[in-house]
Amino acid sequence: MKTLLKASTAALALSIAAQGAAAEGKLVIYHWFEYMPQELLEKFAAEHDVEVTMDTYDSNEAMLASLKAGGLGTYDVAVPGDYMVKIMAGEGILDEIAEGELANAGNMMDEWADPAFDPGRKHSIPYQWGSTSFMVDREVYSGDINTTDILFNPPAELSGKINMLDSQGEVLAMAALHMGIEQCSTDRDKLKALNEMLTGAKAHWASFNSDTAKEVLVSGDAAVGQIYDGFGAKARAEKASLEYAFPTQGYVVWMDNVVLLKDAPNRENALKFMNFLLDPENIAAVSNYARYALGVNGAGEYLDPELATLPEANPPAGSGAGAFIEVCDEQTQSVYDQIWTNLKK
Amino acid sequence: MTAKTDVRNYPGFIAITILCLVILYAPLLVVTAYSFNASASITIWEGLSVRWYIDVFTGPESAKFKSAAMNSFSIALMAATTATIIATCAATAMVRGGKFRGRTLSFGLISLPLMVPEIVTAVATLIFFNAIGFTRGYTTILAAHIAFCIPFAYLPISARMQGIEGTYEQAAQDLYATRAQAFRYILLPLMMPGIISGFLLAFIISLDDFIITNFVKGAGIETLPTAIFGSVKQGIKPNIMAISTMLLGVSVVMVTISYFVSKKDNTQ
Amino acid sequence: MAGGASPGGSATTDTYAGARNWLLMPAWLVLGILSLAPVAMMLVYSFLTKEFRGGVIWEFSLAAYDQFFFDRGLFGDEPPRIEWTYISIFWRSIWQAGLATLMSLLIGFPTAYFIATRPEKVRPIWVFLITIPYWVNLLIRTVSMKFLLRDNGPLNDFLMSTGLIGEPIHIINTNFAVQLGLFYSYLPFMVLPIYASVERYNFTLSEAAADLYASKWVTLRRILLPTVKPGVIAGCILVFVPSLGSFLAPDLLGGAKNFMIGSLIEEQFKGSAGNWPFGAAIAMVLLTMVLILLLLFARQQARADREAGQ
Repeated sequence: MKTLLKASTAALALSIAAQGAAAEGKLVIYHWFEYMPQELLEKFAAEHDVEVTMDTYDSNEAMLASLKAGGLGTYDVAVPGDYMVKIMAGEGILDEIAEGELANAGNMMDEWADPAFDPGRKHSIPYQWGSTSFMVDREVYSGDINTTDILFNPPAELSGKINMLDSQGEVLAMAALHMGIEQCSTDRDKLKALNEMLTGAKAHWASFNSDTAKEVLVSGDAAVGQIYDGFGAKARAEKASLEYAFPTQGYVVWMDNVVLLKDAPNRENALKFMNFLLDPENIAAVSNYARYALGVNGAGEYLDPELATLPEANPPAGSGAGAFIEVCDEQTQSVYDQIWTNLKK
Repeated sequence: MTAKTDVRNYPGFIAITILCLVILYAPLLVVTAYSFNASASITIWEGLSVRWYIDVFTGPESAKFKSAAMNSFSIALMAATTATIIATCAATAMVRGGKFRGRTLSFGLISLPLMVPEIVTAVATLIFFNAIGFTRGYTTILAAHIAFCIPFAYLPISARMQGIEGTYEQAAQDLYATRAQAFRYILLPLMMPGIISGFLLAFIISLDDFIITNFVKGAGIETLPTAIFGSVKQGIKPNIMAISTMLLGVSVVMVTISYFVSKKDNTQ
Repeated sequence: MAGGASPGGSATTDTYAGARNWLLMPAWLVLGILSLAPVAMMLVYSFLTKEFRGGVIWEFSLAAYDQFFFDRGLFGDEPPRIEWTYISIFWRSIWQAGLATLMSLLIGFPTAYFIATRPEKVRPIWVFLITIPYWVNLLIRTVSMKFLLRDNGPLNDFLMSTGLIGEPIHIINTNFAVQLGLFYSYLPFMVLPIYASVERYNFTLSEAAADLYASKWVTLRRILLPTVKPGVIAGCILVFVPSLGSFLAPDLLGGAKNFMIGSLIEEQFKGSAGNWPFGAAIAMVLLTMVLILLLLFARQQARADREAGQ
């Protein structure tokens, strides 16, 4: 008993000391999984003498939920996708970046400097952008893959071998494209049809998984998988028979952004970090690692030349258009939530 | 005694026992074997190597796992110690405190964390900390762990105490020992094996917990299970297998120690 | 759980009755604040209004329970019918947990019996062997299971190399994989309580029955089983209850394709649904179910104690 007491007092003292020592110069990042190269974080930590910690999430929705469930005030920056920036701003959980607080703000590409989801870039900076579609193992199926039928009405050889992202936004947006329904539609018949179509399509799906989206394809556990383009490029590097599809019905495009969170405990360091990521050399390191495109000028010389020719980032002629996910109002959203629950029940 | 009337042996039971052990160990052994795989891919075997063990300590994720292990062990140690003290006091009151009103209620409260499914405890604790405006972090994990460790420490301790006849302490008191002395010199030493197994059980339960920790942990604070979950969700990587194998080793060592400690205590 | 409150016996004395309240105080305080209050708070939350995208508004509402029990169509304006969605999710969870419990019992009982009838010296070694895997993190065990069961995983490789099967068996991402995972997770919970009660069992009873020419299986069923029943029931509960609320196995082994209670609750707090009151309400329903189950168990236990006392 005494030894136990002693040992636990020692542990308490140690952990308090450990926390005390780290109290200065911190930065807490809330980030997507497998996206930010560790070396870049180390570079930032060394340059600014800041201790960096990073937590990861696997969907925009999970990140928002965690922030609203008491996470706010503990993280400094997060990396939401386009539509999520708008939602978070509406929720009032983003802090405003004042004019001149980011020295590198001028580096932003014009087309990303004033986006609809964050007019004037008041809360965010561009990070990476890309598309969400799906990949098919060409060894299993050699027919035409540039159609959303592959996911929702697959040929017999692919049925039961499909992995979907475990993300309501991405799955429902893709389903809407498949049926030619506008996003956030309030048309009852169309929504009912969407609901029925998804319930039927589920019979063809093996699993819902976001974090293992690459792994299931590489290991052969799935022959079709919904996936982000850069993640797909990494998958192809490990398994050459995988091909990224650009459906004629269209596909999802997105941009992830670094946002400054409200009540950030280390606001100064958060701004330093955002400025750091507006530096072409640094953001190019993210692109080289994650295989997505960036939104900052002057990064060309630092980019891996292979990125320009990635088949995942260059839609062939005749493919459909990319669409951003839209933000629905509360009432419409509740219908989509219901469809999602019906799908997974 | 003939085999037909040998009630201690039933045909097939040994086979099922061996099957049981195979089921329990097969996944662990497979993971142990593959943790020595030289290949970066989990699907291909490329020969023996300890590169993934080196990777755990020096690789890109080593800092994360080091701090997670530090958190896990310090929380487990503190939570188990606190829970063991609380449980020992409570068990003394429950087993040696006579019959009293509220005894059943007290027992119900003590076993509450056992009866409530883990996911419910997790959600309730999250809601509670949120409602009282408590920021999630190291302290919230520790507090939650103390609470659910109490019944796990209590059960072996009270079971042990129920096996100790009250006459020992009564004899001591007849010989003019105070109640405190009777407790300190008679009951406590006799209870030691129960207290140690209670502590170890609570320690492991705390070390093992994922669901509750995942709900109440704060920014940047990971325990081993949450850190492993974070990595493993993206697919099983060889370094995770190496960590698993090392944890398996730690467990075996701990159970072995506890086995010998309690044996030694018994013979005193 | 079993036997903790068993009354009587010379071990239960009132030596420390005077200090009783002080001794109980820490447990009352800690558990009152960290176990009871959160559950009470959760009950309150289940009757609040949901805030869009997570959180609550402090206004009384029955919407969470309404959503659980009544189906008002996709758009929420049809006349209410009974909602089968969540009931079927509960039913699936009960079914999965039940099958896992049954599998554990079928394997666990003979194992426990076998161990309890070994010479006293070697019993701890057997118990030791059974408990070691339990000391390994549940997450790691589930992941190991997943690795083992993959279509191109070691199990299929092994079975194919022995020629037992020609094609890989598809186990992963099925309900069977979830049952297997639950069974594997909690198997030691089944073995240990049964072992404890069989070990305490007085074998002269069975031997007497055998002497009176009862067959071995009759002896097992009629003489031993009634005596060790509390241990068996305790084992079943220890496997069933955690299985019911689990989410690691459905998530990792079942492909997250079908909600189980645990994942449904998690989705309300950490997923896209963000409906806290509804999550709290589902948790309340689950908790109520489990408490009723335990109450029945406690009554059965008390009856067994009374009978034993007679």
